[in-house]
Amino acid sequence: MFNLETPKRLKPLIHQANQIGAEMFRPISRKYDRLEHTAPVELDMLASLMDGMNSAGEGAGAGKLKQDSGAEDAGVRNGSNMAAVLGMIELCWGDVGLALSIPRQGLGNAAIAAVANEEQLQRFGGRWVAMAITEPSAGSDSAAIRATAERDGDDYVLNGEKIYVTAGERADALVVWASVDRSKGRAAIKAFLVEKDRAGLTLERLEHKLGIRSSDTAAFRLENCRVPAENLLGSPEVDTGKGFAGVMQTFDNTRPIVAAMAIGLARAAIEETQRILGEAGVDLDYRRPRTHGHAAAAKLMECEADWEAAKLLTLRAAWMADNGQPNALEASMCKAKAGRTAVDMALACVELCGAAGYGETELLEKWARDAKILDIFEGTQQIQLLIVARRLLGKSSAELK
Amino acid sequence: MSKKSPRVDSIGLGVRLLTRFAGHPLSHRLGLHGPASALIKSGSRVGFAAASGAGRQFKALRSLASPSRGERPAANAELFDLTPSDEQQMIVETMEQVAAELLRPNAEAAEADCAPSAELVAQANELGVLAMSIPEGLGGAMTERSPVTGMLIAEALAHGDMGLAVSLLATPSVALLLADYGSAAQQDAFLAPMTEDDAPTASFAVTEARALFSPYDLATRVESRDGSLVLSGEKALVVNGASSDFFVVAARSPEGAPGLYIVEAAAEGVSVEAEPAMGLRAAGLSRLRFDKVRLREDAAIALGEGDFDRIIAASRAAWCALAVGTATAVRDYVIPYANERKAFGEPISHRQSVAFMISNIGIERDGLRLTLLRAASRMERGEDALREVQLARTLAARHAMQIGSDGVQIFGGHGFVKEYPVERWYRDLRATALMEGAVLI
Repeated sequence: MFNLETPKRLKPLIHQANQIGAEMFRPISRKYDRLEHTAPVELDMLASLMDGMNSAGEGAGAGKLKQDSGAEDAGVRNGSNMAAVLGMIELCWGDVGLALSIPRQGLGNAAIAAVANEEQLQRFGGRWVAMAITEPSAGSDSAAIRATAERDGDDYVLNGEKIYVTAGERADALVVWASVDRSKGRAAIKAFLVEKDRAGLTLERLEHKLGIRSSDTAAFRLENCRVPAENLLGSPEVDTGKGFAGVMQTFDNTRPIVAAMAIGLARAAIEETQRILGEAGVDLDYRRPRTHGHAAAAKLMECEADWEAAKLLTLRAAWMADNGQPNALEASMCKAKAGRTAVDMALACVELCGAAGYGETELLEKWARDAKILDIFEGTQQIQLLIVARRLLGKSSAELK
Repeated sequence: MSKKSPRVDSIGLGVRLLTRFAGHPLSHRLGLHGPASALIKSGSRVGFAAASGAGRQFKALRSLASPSRGERPAANAELFDLTPSDEQQMIVETMEQVAAELLRPNAEAAEADCAPSAELVAQANELGVLAMSIPEGLGGAMTERSPVTGMLIAEALAHGDMGLAVSLLATPSVALLLADYGSAAQQDAFLAPMTEDDAPTASFAVTEARALFSPYDLATRVESRDGSLVLSGEKALVVNGASSDFFVVAARSPEGAPGLYIVEAAAEGVSVEAEPAMGLRAAGLSRLRFDKVRLREDAAIALGEGDFDRIIAASRAAWCALAVGTATAVRDYVIPYANERKAFGEPISHRQSVAFMISNIGIERDGLRLTLLRAASRMERGEDALREVQLARTLAARHAMQIGSDGVQIFGGHGFVKEYPVERWYRDLRATALMEGAVLI
């Protein structure tokens, strides 16, 4: 039976995440935007709270995401994917950069959840793991990864460069994507857990950014960095038929999470704009045609409509994952819609609010800067459109480049 | 008391609908109208005439115990869920077949005629299009009053053709209005006969012909004179205007509030004129004029607090559902074309500029559909849905229209000529943003 409302049983979790956003993130939001590269110590106590939420069954973080097999019982589920999306919306309504800085909730944790075996899940649990895929000459094209991992006895020896590692400085370990055989293309790209204290792993620098400044973005060099073979996540087999399954599986699960970040940020912007416009005497009327009122109200209505669509596309993708339905198409759809909606909306809100929007006294200008990354990381707008197009048209990546 | 037929469960209803469908060798009877005769017919409709429904007389007021309403489905709103019920699944499959085998092949002819053929209407209604909007208690096939099911029906039919879907859903929409809000006497006189042979036809007239029209600012008005209600004014783009036996007209009440009134086409002072438009031509759009029309004493539909808002929202939601169905038709039609059409030595779908248009058709169509589904499921549970409907309508006005435009663009010159249906969908989709009334979920 169709029901697109927020599930009642997740309301306590949503409330909790909202309180973190409102009471912890918002008050320090501007402070850490200015103090770029300073670790927000206020968040340390959050880690245990998040762990508690996660162990209670569903978490608001990315650490427990897994495609549900859905086979064992017939009922509809609203499980860990739905919980993670709804929780993330609230946290990022508070602040995206700070949400990305919550210990032990990194995207590397999501990669582990997606592809690690049981033994590894046990061994790597409880750590903060950052994701290291991008290289100076391999961004969206993850198959062009040049980092190598060479088998040597019981170890792998890693070499290469990784950039744009979110929370790279603060995390305990990295999930490094590297090729075990560069002649075999994307099928040979594997994920390795690399603890931060491994010899040969060097943090080169932290980036200065347009937005999400409270989240550190690190660059690493790997020089003959040795990790035990058991740190390879998933299967060591190079199955050319299966291709890039590991990376893609991770993204199918995390794209709705990034979409959720965009939805949370966009809601913050629209709420604030409604408040400011309300004080200026402009209110939304849901009964009269939108073109009849104030142009600012009409614009706000368009923003809210796109926001609603983005949110529901995201909940759909999460719901499908919870119910064991393949959702690669839907995950990319929600990421594409939410990413561009957040950017368009946040920029429109700045314009609508004028000086109050552009100045640093309010947070609108910050949200408009933060928003941009949400249409870039975890697959840019263009990559999502490419994935959606290939799926709708039934085209391979060789045909539709 | 109302006629009571045995309650049919969802499986039974599905079987009933499928059986009706299977019994119709539709494909043999199609394509009856040549373009020339169609033009003549369409031309002959222009000009003032007494409404063609004239002559049909409706029962006088009789006092009956209580009206028959559709029952609301059992609510189970605990979990987020996108699974249709078995009953909805079966109804949708039936309506998809109606759309594919009856509406799509007849769309061009109906557009040229500015009306569906009588045979097409009869076939669609035999397959349950009308019966599904009439409560079981009055002899219809509506087991539950479900706006979600209504949305799915409108969506499925519009995938065949939006103009025909609008035309076919006009009478069922009035049936829903009367089922939801009609008095027992109004139901007895106007709704119950819809289950009989030679069922009366009806249309819900709201839109008026002026810029910045809103259903909350109606120029059409009812005044109380010598103890009777007198209607004056004009309605624009009335669906099936010339062929309807009665209308439900939105007009300002003597007290100054927006109200709904039943108006018989045969009443003195009612005149109708063809009003062909950019699209939806199969829906027989007409201008209705009311020159001091004296209404029946039971003409006013009793509306409670918020009912008018809910009716307008249900109508806008229906237009959105039609837009979703049409946008889906565009999506399904451009994909094989983009894969087959070659330029510069390869399919045009291999170019990102074309492929990304198709991505966005898919994304925005899905976003609109989910927004509308949320609105409809809220309506179904009796929750406020004005916001959700307004958002869906905003999306439809912008993105569904963009989909219509992109559909033509992808076909290039072939899209601009009437070789393919994409140009018709472009014209039809523009209606979504501005039409009020006519259809309801």
